[in-house]
Amino acid sequence: MTSIGTGYDLSASTYSPDGRIFQVEYANKAVENSGTAIGLRVKDGIVLAVEKLVHSKLLIPDANRRIQTLDRHLGLATAGLLADGRQLANRARDESANFRDSFRSPAPVKYIADRLGSYVQVYTLYSSVRPFGISTIIGGVDQDGPSLFVIEPSGVFFGYHGAAVGKGRQLAKTELEKLKLSELTMRQAVLEAARIIYLVHDDSKEKTFELEMSWIGDETNGLHVPVPKDLLAEAEQKAKAALEDFE
Amino acid sequence: MHRLKQGEVNLGTSIMAVQFDGGVVIGADSRTTTGSYIANRVTDKLTYLHDRIYCCRSGSAADTQAIADFGHYYLQMQTQVMGSAPSVLTAAAIMEKMCYQNKDQLSAGIIVAGWDKKAGPSVYNIPLGGGLFRQPWAIGGSGSTYVYGYCDATYQEGWGKDETVNFVKNTLALAMSRDGSSGGCIRMCVITEDGVERKFIPGDELPRFWEGKEVLGEATRKPLAALSTVSDVAPMAVEV
Repeated sequence: MTSIGTGYDLSASTYSPDGRIFQVEYANKAVENSGTAIGLRVKDGIVLAVEKLVHSKLLIPDANRRIQTLDRHLGLATAGLLADGRQLANRARDESANFRDSFRSPAPVKYIADRLGSYVQVYTLYSSVRPFGISTIIGGVDQDGPSLFVIEPSGVFFGYHGAAVGKGRQLAKTELEKLKLSELTMRQAVLEAARIIYLVHDDSKEKTFELEMSWIGDETNGLHVPVPKDLLAEAEQKAKAALEDFE
Repeated sequence: MHRLKQGEVNLGTSIMAVQFDGGVVIGADSRTTTGSYIANRVTDKLTYLHDRIYCCRSGSAADTQAIADFGHYYLQMQTQVMGSAPSVLTAAAIMEKMCYQNKDQLSAGIIVAGWDKKAGPSVYNIPLGGGLFRQPWAIGGSGSTYVYGYCDATYQEGWGKDETVNFVKNTLALAMSRDGSSGGCIRMCVITEDGVERKFIPGDELPRFWEGKEVLGEATRKPLAALSTVSDVAPMAVEV
């Protein structure tokens, strides 16, 4: 063995001598190749936004959505392997439905993040499976108000005021840090989110992209729904204008 | 189905729960029977599920104790996972699930009541085969059938704690006086945000209503002629 992993990267069930699991780190690489996804937790809700790279002109607009609805009050955005995101969303829907069935109340966002974290972690234990190639932003509004979590391929999850995953996450994070997230309204957050996605998109390297946005909060009566077309158009137009000022 | 086994202990019961502005009042008689024998005359049918959630049990003593034990366990687990006290609805939903899924093997009629941060005071009725019904007041057990009319005629919204306690006490006393499988003393709990206050009414201090007199005994001793005209065999005066 002369290559980089020197045999310790062949399975998720093997540690390297310095205590790392290479398969999990490779899964993170899969995330880094993906279009950026961001989530904002503001005072009255959550906004999710995704830079969906369009790899073929033959695709129908709005195809291959990367923001999915888990429950009335829960939304999920993924960066990484699209199919893995689908699988995780389906699992999340089961978890959420089971919770409703057992306790007759909507599941707290933290509970779903916890369950999904445990689910993802199991895929880092066995040689027969590969870890999830996605970082997941899960947002929702529950009894305690809006909350936002990110689940990584290792299975760890953290709560955030603002989250960014995927290719442009570094730049997106510095932009998110400039905002006073806990003072913004959802409408303001939609404009900021669109601006950040347009900002992090690299025109020179990538081809076209679609901006995908959804929100949950007071504006939507606590439901996870796509941002309305007119607001989305306004946000895109302002984002483009801001980008020209920036340059 | 729904028949007690030979010798099974039965809570042929009168139970009740009523919500008021700041909390709920729950109550029950204290009789447990095996057939005609009173197996326990000071039973406690008001059973703890969580800090501010109790249930009133009717039906098989064994079945309802087991259900309440499981309910208690699930709610403890739920509290640990969620990091906060469960709602009354959640508690009632868990209890209902057990009652419905095992309906063929159980005889259990349960009222779940309590106080939570989200909904405040609430009362949920879970009848024999399952089903979950939120009600301002609920009565249950064999004795309840005798006092539906009394409750319908008496209950009013907007009562305070003392009025509600009296309503529960009177209703149960009336049910216990008519139902052969209910009796003994009355146990009650007042559940509010601040805590659970227990109340106990001994059997010789139950509220008393009209208990009848020997009308016929008196009447038969009178001559026949007098009987047609006498006034002491008159219909009972009814207050409006």
